[in-house]
Amino acid sequence: MAMRRPFARDQRLTIVYGMLVFALILVIMQLWLLTATMNAYLGGDESVIWPAAFASLFCLALNVGLLVYLGRLERTTGAGGSGRSRES
Amino acid sequence: MSNAQDDPRRPVDVLVNTPGREGLTGTAPAELYTRTPDREGHTIAPDFRPDSEQPAWRQDFPIDWPQDHWVERRDFMRFLVLISGAFTAGQFWIAGRNWWRRRVGRPEIRRIGSLDDLPVGGTLLFRYPDEHDPCVLVRLSETALVAYSQKCTHLACAVIPVPERGVLHCPCHEGYFDLQSGRPTAGPPTRPLPRIHLDVRGRDIYATGVEWRTI
Repeated sequence: MAMRRPFARDQRLTIVYGMLVFALILVIMQLWLLTATMNAYLGGDESVIWPAAFASLFCLALNVGLLVYLGRLERTTGAGGSGRSRES
Repeated sequence: MSNAQDDPRRPVDVLVNTPGREGLTGTAPAELYTRTPDREGHTIAPDFRPDSEQPAWRQDFPIDWPQDHWVERRDFMRFLVLISGAFTAGQFWIAGRNWWRRRVGRPEIRRIGSLDDLPVGGTLLFRYPDEHDPCVLVRLSETALVAYSQKCTHLACAVIPVPERGVLHCPCHEGYFDLQSGRPTAGPPTRPLPRIHLDVRGRDIYATGVEWRTI
């Protein structure tokens, strides 16, 4: 039976880099959504407001999911060389 | 938990290891920080306690570069999620404003002037639909009237009608709008001026609504 080894530090950093790039793309997309929606709202175009809001919410959910995964990665593998908790 | 007194690796300065003095790293000799034999090879604290029992400040200000990189990127990720939440809140704020605008409904019809007081090429300033919305009415010919919101769609400076040139001019950033249509022709504005719908009843001029436009 194969034993699942925790990620090494370099592996974790690679994962975090990937997550950061993904989150950054999502945030840039949200910024574009916000400016486009504001422009539409000020121009009286209501059709895009709610779809854009839900799209932005979806991006936020993805980002929160990534953050949760990051915390799980830190707890389960002792990220950065230490399996530490914040209680101290 | 390992006892510092029993640890054979290195003598420990009891002053540094005293509970409550863990934060005073400036008093600790550098050799007190010891490399661990694990595969990650990170530095352990002078008190030899396991990492799970270290105070929070040691987690946020680690000694080893790889660990420091991890903390930096983790905190950057948190910051990105915070920004993401702010953008989402902004989206729903716009949705709330739109809901409120729809709830208020169409503005009331209001008399704003008389043709007798407005010669051809003349202008009239008025406020519509409420006191916070300055507008400008221009009489282009005997029968043609146009009215727009006076707020520039760039940064809400007051636009000035120049009928002889057929433009509305925003002096703040040199924006120009076509007087016939209200669409931007030069400068930073990208959206047309909101058009005020007009109705002439006899000799009286009435404002009947506002048309916001994106193009």
